[in-house]
Amino acid sequence: MTTTERTGTGGATPASPAGPGTSDKARSEQRLGWMLAGPAFVIMLLVTAYPIAQAVYYSLFNYRLTDPDNISFVGLNNYAVILTDQIWWTSFGVTVFITVVTVAVELVLGFALALVMMNALKAIRPVLRAAILIPYAVITVVSAFAWQYAFSLDSGFVNSWFSWLPGVAVDTDWFGGTWSSLFVICLAEIWKTTPFISLLLLAGLAQVPDVLQEAARVDGASWWQRMWKVTIPNMKAAIMVALLFRTLDAFRVFDTVFVMTGGAENTETVSFLAYRQTIARLEIGLGSAVSVLLFLSVVVICVGFIKGFKVDLSQARGEK
Amino acid sequence: MRRARWRRGLAAGVAAAALAGLAGCGGASAGPPVLNWYTNPDDGGQAEIAAACTAASGGAYRIATSVLPRQAGEQRQQLVRRLAANDSSIDIMSIDPPYIPEFAEAGFLAPVPEDVGSRATEGVVNSAIEGASWNGELVTVPFWANTQLLWYRTSQVEATGLDMDGPVTWDQIIQAAQQGDKQIAAQGARAESMTVWLNALIESGGGEIITNPSPEDPEGIELGLDSPAATKAAEIMKQVSQVAGPGFSTADEDQNSNAFQGDAAMFQVNWPFVWGKVNSAVADGSVEQSVADDFGWALYPQTEAGTPSAPPYGGINLGVGAFSPNVDLAYQATECIVSEENQKQYMLTNGNPAAKESVFTDPEVLEQFPMAPLIEQSLQQAKPRPQTAYYSEVSESIQRNYHPSAGIDPATVGPATAELIRAVMAKEQLL
Repeated sequence: MTTTERTGTGGATPASPAGPGTSDKARSEQRLGWMLAGPAFVIMLLVTAYPIAQAVYYSLFNYRLTDPDNISFVGLNNYAVILTDQIWWTSFGVTVFITVVTVAVELVLGFALALVMMNALKAIRPVLRAAILIPYAVITVVSAFAWQYAFSLDSGFVNSWFSWLPGVAVDTDWFGGTWSSLFVICLAEIWKTTPFISLLLLAGLAQVPDVLQEAARVDGASWWQRMWKVTIPNMKAAIMVALLFRTLDAFRVFDTVFVMTGGAENTETVSFLAYRQTIARLEIGLGSAVSVLLFLSVVVICVGFIKGFKVDLSQARGEK
Repeated sequence: MRRARWRRGLAAGVAAAALAGLAGCGGASAGPPVLNWYTNPDDGGQAEIAAACTAASGGAYRIATSVLPRQAGEQRQQLVRRLAANDSSIDIMSIDPPYIPEFAEAGFLAPVPEDVGSRATEGVVNSAIEGASWNGELVTVPFWANTQLLWYRTSQVEATGLDMDGPVTWDQIIQAAQQGDKQIAAQGARAESMTVWLNALIESGGGEIITNPSPEDPEGIELGLDSPAATKAAEIMKQVSQVAGPGFSTADEDQNSNAFQGDAAMFQVNWPFVWGKVNSAVADGSVEQSVADDFGWALYPQTEAGTPSAPPYGGINLGVGAFSPNVDLAYQATECIVSEENQKQYMLTNGNPAAKESVFTDPEVLEQFPMAPLIEQSLQQAKPRPQTAYYSEVSESIQRNYHPSAGIDPATVGPATAELIRAVMAKEQLL
């Protein structure tokens, strides 16, 4: 049997397609790969692909849950209704705003926390890491309630503690205006998920080879120069993964808005809009269409990040 | 070694749990049929009634209670999701009245037997019968009925010279609050409570939010939101927002009840639970007795002087699930649940007013609720919220356009909301 190199990557990898010229070893490895990954793949199809396909299907119908006898095919009409509605664009704008603000702040804060965790004395490192990670362990709904209580007029302490700040008074109603509501929502989100981004960045920091840092130091590079020329470029994949995960997460924000404002004061996000159509109104068709549009937005973000960062994820996995 | 033992222990535990689960699935439990009653959260009163009725059934059935979420809208969502899937485990449901037409139209409610209906509505206040019916037919059994009163701080009102012995109007109480530099606690939050408020204002002014519910053709619904009564209602909402305190746009019933226990609010429109709440606060020492003594109560304010007000109607009615295998037993159980004795006990222990008129003249009730006759009068005058199978859409549209009330234009908000409701019904717009 002949062995043919189909790609130039140096040897048959389990990921390469099984052509007629593939070696026995490669084929058996591929079989093993499918056997190992197969069940997970099937479960993924069941729990992810099936609901998505169902949502796409339902989005083409006029279907109210309490009136199943009157289902009618309406084609893309639900999408037309949504995309010509101001409410969709307002929700979309709010979602983008929350995403951009929280991810930007979290990246900077998370990086700083990652540096602290990385450089802390060995003795206090575990305690420090645990302390930083605690907010991430708190359930989002619980954290949203905690922040809401802190800022609310009757039970909150924020107004009395910070009344010395300009713009804050004892009777400031944080959830009575769009911008102040968004401020508290973003704050709660940032508090909750900065540990996640810092954990991912810590993993990236740990991967930067010490020899490169040493070499830069020997060459007389300052701390800033080492940071910009050595550390960050070598963490590009980790930064991208952290940003991507958080952006996708932030774009689907729901719990915090649901708890804090219930969508009042123009703080409704796209997920909330989907919830309102599907669960509150029971309009399965319209709600599915909103969900599909949310899904497409997430796909666009994903592709945008991967193309924009020009990072090959297989490189990040160390396959090349 | 230790790890191996730990693993064996875990495996044994999992196996035992699995077996227990299987046993639970397969074996039909002995004893009388179990009726599942989905209740709204309360202070345990419905669970007590369930136990009492189980005992009284003489082994004919056993009632098990399951508690639904706190918000009425969330209760509806959970029930609808289960019923849409033909869930046969739902025997009895505690339903918030505005959702009854939707449940009835969707075929989720087992028809009320004629004899049960006539017995269950005997001596029941008007609003509760109206709220338990759809299309002129009784589709649920009235259980307890709620209504809002105008609560006031006697000492503060005295200083303004406003006479609270007779009916008062919104204009009068707004003026009194301004004069005393105090607040009116009304429900300004973007929530169901806002629809309750707007509906009461419009109904009190002689108007209606829905003039023709048109159950067969939702797009043919006719709305009265551009009527003079609706404009006047919006004017009152806007004026109240100017004397309702800084947290008005997020104020719900609970917050208002707290504000009223404090010194800030001279008036509040709220359900009778505020009376039980202030007395509990006095009992646990967080509020002075003088505060409870200062509470005054009157009929819901009039929109137009001389026209009797139409206070909000709430409460809970009992529906029997259409997919229940025990419909007859379930109706037997509902009759037990809504008995006069149980309604009285429920009012005494949980503070929720009865639907039966006779309870309001009971000496024990009168002692604990000195305002009981007023509650009954209010219930006789009360009007339900718009009755339509599309109540959620109507309510959410109102909340979207009337919130925050401080920013509404009374001349345009009604017609704009009517147009929004029409477009939402026609599925031309999101909500």
